[in-house]
Amino acid sequence: MLRKIRLILATLFFISVTLLFLDFTGTLHAWLGWMAKIQFLPALLALNVGVVAFLILLTLVCGRVYCSVICPLGVFQDIVAWLGKKQRKNRYSYSPAKSALRYGFLVLFLVALVAGIGSVAALLAPYSSYGRIANNLFAPLWQWSNNLLAYFAERADSYAFYETEVWLKSLPTFIIAVLTFVVLAVLAWRNGRTYCNTVCPVGTVLGFLARYSWFKPVIDTDKCVNCNLCARNCKAACIDIPNHRIDYSRCVACMDCIDKCHKGAIAYKHAPKAAPLPVQKTGQGVSPEHVDNARRSFLTATAMVATAATLSAQEKKVDGGLAVIEDKKIPKRATPIIPPGAVSLRRFAQHCTACQLCVSVCPNGVLRPSTDLLRMMQPEMSYERGYCRPECAKCAEVCPTDAIHLTSLAEKSAMQIGHAVWVKANCINLTDKQPCDNCARHCPTAAIQMVPSVAGDPASMKIPAVNTERCIGCGACENLCPARPFSAIYVEGYEMHREI
Amino acid sequence: MVNQNNISRREFLKRAGAAGIAAAGLAACDSQGRAASGVPAPEGEMTYRTNPKTGDKVSILGFGMMRLPSVGGRSAREGNEGIDQEMVNEMVDYAMAHGVNYFDTSPAYCQGQSERATGIALSRHSRDSYYIATKLSNFAPSTWTREASLAMYHNSMKELQVDYIDYLLLHGIGMAAPGKGMEEYEARYLDNGILDFLLEERKAGRIRNLGFSYHGDIEVFDRLLAEYDKYQWDFVQIQLNYLDWKYAKQINPRNTNAEYLYNELAKRNIPAVIMEPLLGGRLSNVPDRVVAQLKERSPETSVASWAFRFAGSFPGVLTVLSGMTRMEHLQDNLHTYSPLHPLSDEEFAFLQHTATLMMQFDTIPCNDCKYCMPCPYGIDIPAILLHYNKCLNEGNIALDAGDENYRKARRAYLVGYDRSVPKLRQADHCTGCDQCSPHCPQGIDIPQELHRIDAYVEQLKQNTL
Repeated sequence: MLRKIRLILATLFFISVTLLFLDFTGTLHAWLGWMAKIQFLPALLALNVGVVAFLILLTLVCGRVYCSVICPLGVFQDIVAWLGKKQRKNRYSYSPAKSALRYGFLVLFLVALVAGIGSVAALLAPYSSYGRIANNLFAPLWQWSNNLLAYFAERADSYAFYETEVWLKSLPTFIIAVLTFVVLAVLAWRNGRTYCNTVCPVGTVLGFLARYSWFKPVIDTDKCVNCNLCARNCKAACIDIPNHRIDYSRCVACMDCIDKCHKGAIAYKHAPKAAPLPVQKTGQGVSPEHVDNARRSFLTATAMVATAATLSAQEKKVDGGLAVIEDKKIPKRATPIIPPGAVSLRRFAQHCTACQLCVSVCPNGVLRPSTDLLRMMQPEMSYERGYCRPECAKCAEVCPTDAIHLTSLAEKSAMQIGHAVWVKANCINLTDKQPCDNCARHCPTAAIQMVPSVAGDPASMKIPAVNTERCIGCGACENLCPARPFSAIYVEGYEMHREI
Repeated sequence: MVNQNNISRREFLKRAGAAGIAAAGLAACDSQGRAASGVPAPEGEMTYRTNPKTGDKVSILGFGMMRLPSVGGRSAREGNEGIDQEMVNEMVDYAMAHGVNYFDTSPAYCQGQSERATGIALSRHSRDSYYIATKLSNFAPSTWTREASLAMYHNSMKELQVDYIDYLLLHGIGMAAPGKGMEEYEARYLDNGILDFLLEERKAGRIRNLGFSYHGDIEVFDRLLAEYDKYQWDFVQIQLNYLDWKYAKQINPRNTNAEYLYNELAKRNIPAVIMEPLLGGRLSNVPDRVVAQLKERSPETSVASWAFRFAGSFPGVLTVLSGMTRMEHLQDNLHTYSPLHPLSDEEFAFLQHTATLMMQFDTIPCNDCKYCMPCPYGIDIPAILLHYNKCLNEGNIALDAGDENYRKARRAYLVGYDRSVPKLRQADHCTGCDQCSPHCPQGIDIPQELHRIDAYVEQLKQNTL
């Protein structure tokens, strides 16, 4: 019964959280957004005292049910393990805790967090890892299915579905997601919750609390016939039958053992006294693999090189045809641009778990995971596909850690996240001698005006002049600039944002 | 989407189950009298008009080679696909088998590929079985020199595989930036002595008929007609349809009503060749209310057939050009013109009424001729304008966020916009350089319209309408 409840709740949470990452329209967040906000690490980073207190209390009462129900990465491993169990039953066995590894990773994680090295923290954090997998591996499938429907909708003259662009936002992040997926899937297939009980910092913290939880599975030594069935079905490898002990720091309260026991020897109840676990040196020595090395090899970001087909001057005027449009390239920015509401690079690095939720919902193709070593996988902005539109604050709406925090759209459009810089060498007013005022026309804050290129000669070609006091760095000018592959006006980020 | 105009105008035919080319040519009814096909076979023979000078018997339906099919099935002026030569051959053969003998092309059409395709298709028939019309399309200033213009003229003969041209036109007289019409005419044809050369060619018989096509600046048209005695124009090509008959000037002050143009020609007994009888599909893709009116009168004929009957009903018209991309267009037109039933006075008045009704819809007068293309900055100008017109015709332009159908209209506009026009080719990328407007035969201020549409899209996106 308890197991069934756990299964139902876990399924609900898992599907909902996954949908948050898949739904590129951002509509589900209105109803399901809270599911991301009650994840342990995001709540902790958001200083969401209520949620953190609730989760601690939950663990102190019920044990690590968080790991079995709320954590999407935990449920994801359960699903893989369940598939593995179909192949071979009773596949697990007890192994002693790898305490050195567990606490080692926890310390590493905390140091990274405090030092603001978001990339290391994001690599270890469970919710971030799942977000990465969902965003990089599941979302494209979802979007392609949507595009298929949109294809038919278009032919049926229906506007029910519209096409969305599927693009590789960051190769390093994608590769890390694939590696995380493969490593976790292999570990879960073979040994269940290895990751949760050796690497996961949240698991370690909750495990520490769970030792003292009120309710926990307890073995009744009178009824137990030492058949070992429970231990062989324990994905946490935490039931030590010879000693009739359960390592509660690793037990994720999945209730599988209770269901398995023919004798009814295990019950989920209050245990009067938790005897400390004797340290044993037995076990097969499951070597915990983990994903740490993956990162370093992908520091080189690869920019898509567009086919540079230049327009040849036409000899005679013919009608029709479309000029080739070169893809825009990302300009070299001295300071990265981060979304309005992030306040500053430092604060952002400390608060973002790199879960990719904002990247999933950004409808303008602006947000993508950073490839910078220190901020690896945390989002940053670039404007070659679109710009940060005034009516949109999706990233702030979905952010579970409040690393991106906005109270209103007005606040957003008053936030200076960077400023536009004009690049004389690219401006078509000078290179093509064609009058263009597209940047000025689209500037939402009217920070750009067109001035004569020759001082004192109003008839000379006009060039844009940026008033950095008014510029908010939204990138409309950069995105809509006709110069390609590099825009004649681009945005430099600010270390610290400023409200006008 | 652009092509949807062309396709959808014959949508009713397709829906009725056009069974293919063969079905059209055969009897359309089985023994029980049930229709085997919705494509009506021509009831009789093609109507012909006589060229008063040469005595040429010219079919009232002229084949315009400007919208030839591409291998992708669309008009070859879209995208960058090549012309579907097999389909062109097939359509030309079918047209000729049903009496069409006038083929109108230009060195500029279909990204410069039309003449060659026309030459290939026609050279498979005997030279005296068709009349060929082409133009001296020296639009670009680089082709204004005598040498470049002559090269273009000689190249036309080579591409068309002929040693004489039946109908040669000065192309697009009056079409230029405002106020520049006369200047450009002189630069293109007088200063370089090209017109004198062409008159010589006519004398030598290598040009059988010399005329001009006109768009835009009326002063140039008037001047050329005033000089009729000097040049003896054999024919003139004008834009005529039931919307432009009385409303051309109202649609754009730079243009002239077709009524004036036609009457000026009729006065001098100059045969008129009609272009844009369908306004590039705009007169087949009409607002739903207008469709209902036309169908009520004649449920079994296409919306387009009204426009063709209108153009053909004037006795001074030598031929009516139709740029046919699809076999269905050709079949429908053959049906309309074999034979032509001229409009009665009452029907004429009815179409004038229809035009008045259409004028109440504020569509942009783009007829998808693509003279403005390619935009050097990659904008798909006609697709943007046509999407706007489509939404207007379907009642999907909201005036206010409080409108009853605002949400539906907003979605239809924005989703449809992304479908019709790739994001990078949408109006927000227009630089306003205005290289396009001088090429527009309809005199649309293209940057202004694009900026207006862009502003509307911005309002929709930001929900601030």
